[in-house]
Amino acid sequence: MAVAKTSKTAANVPQSQEELISGSEAVAQALRLADVDVISAYPIRPYDTVMQYVSKLIADGRLDCEFIVAESEHSQFEIVKHACSVGARAFCGSSGVGWMYAMECLAVTPSLRLPYLAICGNRALDDPGAFGTEHNDAMCVRDLGWMLYWVETAQEALDMTLIGYRAAEDQRLSLPCALCLDGAFLTHSAQIVSVPPQDLVNSYLPRFDLGDRVLHPDNPISIAPQANEDWLMEIRKQMDAAMRRAPEVIREAHGEFHRAFGRQGGSPFIEEYMTDDAETVLVGMGTMASPVRVMVRKLRAQGEKVGFVRVKWFRPFGTDEIRTSLQRFKAVGVVDRDFSLGAADMGGVLYNDVRATMYDAQRRPVISGFIAGLGGREIEEKDVLEMFRRTQQAGADGRGGEVTWIGVRE
Amino acid sequence: MAVLEQWRGVKAIPDIEYFASGHRTCQGCESVLVMRYIAKAAGPRTIVTGTTGCMYVANTSYYSTPWTIPWMHSQLGAAGSSAMGTAAGLKALMRKGKIKDEPINVIAFCGDGGGADMGLSAISAALTHEDYNLLMVLYDNESYANTDIQLSGSTPWGAVTTFSPAGTKHRIMHRRWKKNTPGLLAAGHSGQSKFIGTACASYGLDFMNKVRRALSAGGPTFLHTLDPCPKGWHYDPELSHEIGSLAVETGIWPLYEVNEGKLSFTGPTRNILLGRAKRKPVREYLAKQGRFAHFTDEDYDYFQRKVDDMWEHWMIPGVVAFEMDPRDASLLQK
Ligand SMILES: Cc1ncc(C[n+]2csc(CCOP(=O)(O)OP(=O)(O)O)c2C)c(N)n1
Ligand code: SF4
Ligand SMILES: [Mg+2]
Repeated sequence: MAVAKTSKTAANVPQSQEELISGSEAVAQALRLADVDVISAYPIRPYDTVMQYVSKLIADGRLDCEFIVAESEHSQFEIVKHACSVGARAFCGSSGVGWMYAMECLAVTPSLRLPYLAICGNRALDDPGAFGTEHNDAMCVRDLGWMLYWVETAQEALDMTLIGYRAAEDQRLSLPCALCLDGAFLTHSAQIVSVPPQDLVNSYLPRFDLGDRVLHPDNPISIAPQANEDWLMEIRKQMDAAMRRAPEVIREAHGEFHRAFGRQGGSPFIEEYMTDDAETVLVGMGTMASPVRVMVRKLRAQGEKVGFVRVKWFRPFGTDEIRTSLQRFKAVGVVDRDFSLGAADMGGVLYNDVRATMYDAQRRPVISGFIAGLGGREIEEKDVLEMFRRTQQAGADGRGGEVTWIGVRE
Repeated sequence: MAVLEQWRGVKAIPDIEYFASGHRTCQGCESVLVMRYIAKAAGPRTIVTGTTGCMYVANTSYYSTPWTIPWMHSQLGAAGSSAMGTAAGLKALMRKGKIKDEPINVIAFCGDGGGADMGLSAISAALTHEDYNLLMVLYDNESYANTDIQLSGSTPWGAVTTFSPAGTKHRIMHRRWKKNTPGLLAAGHSGQSKFIGTACASYGLDFMNKVRRALSAGGPTFLHTLDPCPKGWHYDPELSHEIGSLAVETGIWPLYEVNEGKLSFTGPTRNILLGRAKRKPVREYLAKQGRFAHFTDEDYDYFQRKVDDMWEHWMIPGVVAFEMDPRDASLLQK
């Protein structure tokens, strides 16, 4: 079992450094600190900026790893999967159609229980070609055993890379983990980031150890022989059992991180903003949190009881936290930066997950759904205002279930 | 990389098997012999990955794996990338002192569907990564065998498969000539790869020594084997070895290797080129197989002409599938 000691920051220990870097560079810095062994790259905007920073770190001798520029995303993800099988800490990533090109490899990795880390720089799926953010790419693996986290800031990108490895590699889970970064808004925007010193990271993140599942001549196992109906259901149930353990392991990983670095305290699953006495809240993931928070402050200044709940870990879904949180409110509006055409009430993926979560709540709020910001369209203050107004109105009418596309030209 | 000396004669081959019982392949399956040979030739300090196909589905079942050396499944088009990932992982861990630094062979196998069709780009990419010691073995049973014998880019012209049945309107449904996969890889990659070759399990010693030369060459290497498949080729399983030999003796499947940029022919192919043996008519090979049972004399003639072409007109017989334009031929003579 992967257990790390919490380090006490002593006076002579090197301190963290503040740097003005993008979300992508923050991930690259974390990969350096995590001493990653194998990285495979293939170009696609916007995620590939991570790989540009990685290659520079390697070129400058600051990161010692095998860096393979693959000839396709399929190979990229197979390369890291197999590197991971021999015990190497591995990293990979993609965006949009690139992520989809790797889909087969993404699909098989959780059942192999190979815990590498990937980023999905969220991008709209072609056609037509579009660079902007949309969550459907990463959402495609949501049922398969990938742990998924939606990042908001560059600091969080760095921190979550370390937390992600720690949780994923924990032998109670041994599941792959993807960090989702909104294309452009996060991958390409510079923010002040505190970059921790190496020894602090070393004390937080133990060395990767696959134990008796490592592929090596000293451990001559066969991995993933054909199973069929004899055994597949048991194997799936083991994956389910691992995912059921994930919330606890995630809480531990965040807790230890908070103790060691002083960040990422609070719930790993949700972050509430101005919700104390709120009656109406919006719920969403990723960088949309910024414009929503701005609007929350403006409406609060006018005396309105509004707030925001950001969903952070999406798989595993913070069922308990979300249920406990949202049942306090009268009206909830869920903002999806994805679409799920033909789904229940024609709602987005997050919307229907939230509704399923609230079905067994003691008190059910009225829940409205919104599809917003697709293809990287900015979610502006007026859009947030409209979503609050519609959510409030639905609450007043006691009638949920309506899904509205926001900011669409007629 | 490992240095494996050549076995001089069958008596030098050790008895021990690393690919043991437990598989469920058809009687007379030559592809499974390929597995046994590569494991034997490589020895115990080896990691093998294998793509989906007969050598996975029929070969490696949960709770009855025949592999006594470490083995892992990889996706159908992933022979090249699984080999690269395995080799890269080992390399990084050894360099960084995280595991013992020692030679470990990395072998990835794939079928013709997985390798010559779907996985060709990954195999080609792997052959450019001179940093990694690995061997990719493409076992060619000339169809997508595991899914019920469908034609692949490696299926011979005219053969009946479940996607190319002989019908009343179209006697020949499969009208594509077999892709020259080893030739195209050798022509494209021998500057980067120190070993690219062909083999056939009918010639066991030649086969295993090629595996050992490839593994000792260093860098990424490739071996393409032709494997008679009784189920897909429709013949009596006891004929497998004989049919493999006929593929070579008719000149349809030339045995060669490009070793450090130098081409040499082996086995009966060499004898044909030296004039010590005559190519047998292709009909001797084709007529033994039910998949060609619908052939007319015309079809046999067409097949023979294509094979003759390969020996008489190709720039390098059996390897490089074009010749110089006579107007430019003199340019190369200087
Ligand atoms: C991506 C993908 N497509 C299709 C299949 C179905 N499939 C399983 S085995 C197989 C045959 C592969 O043929 P080949 O590589 O020649 O190996 P063989 O079965 O002939 O040994 C196919 C098509 C698959 N496993 N994966
Ligand atoms: S179908 Fe052919 S390749 Fe597959 S197991 Fe049978 S003989 Fe071997
Ligand atoms: Mg085949």
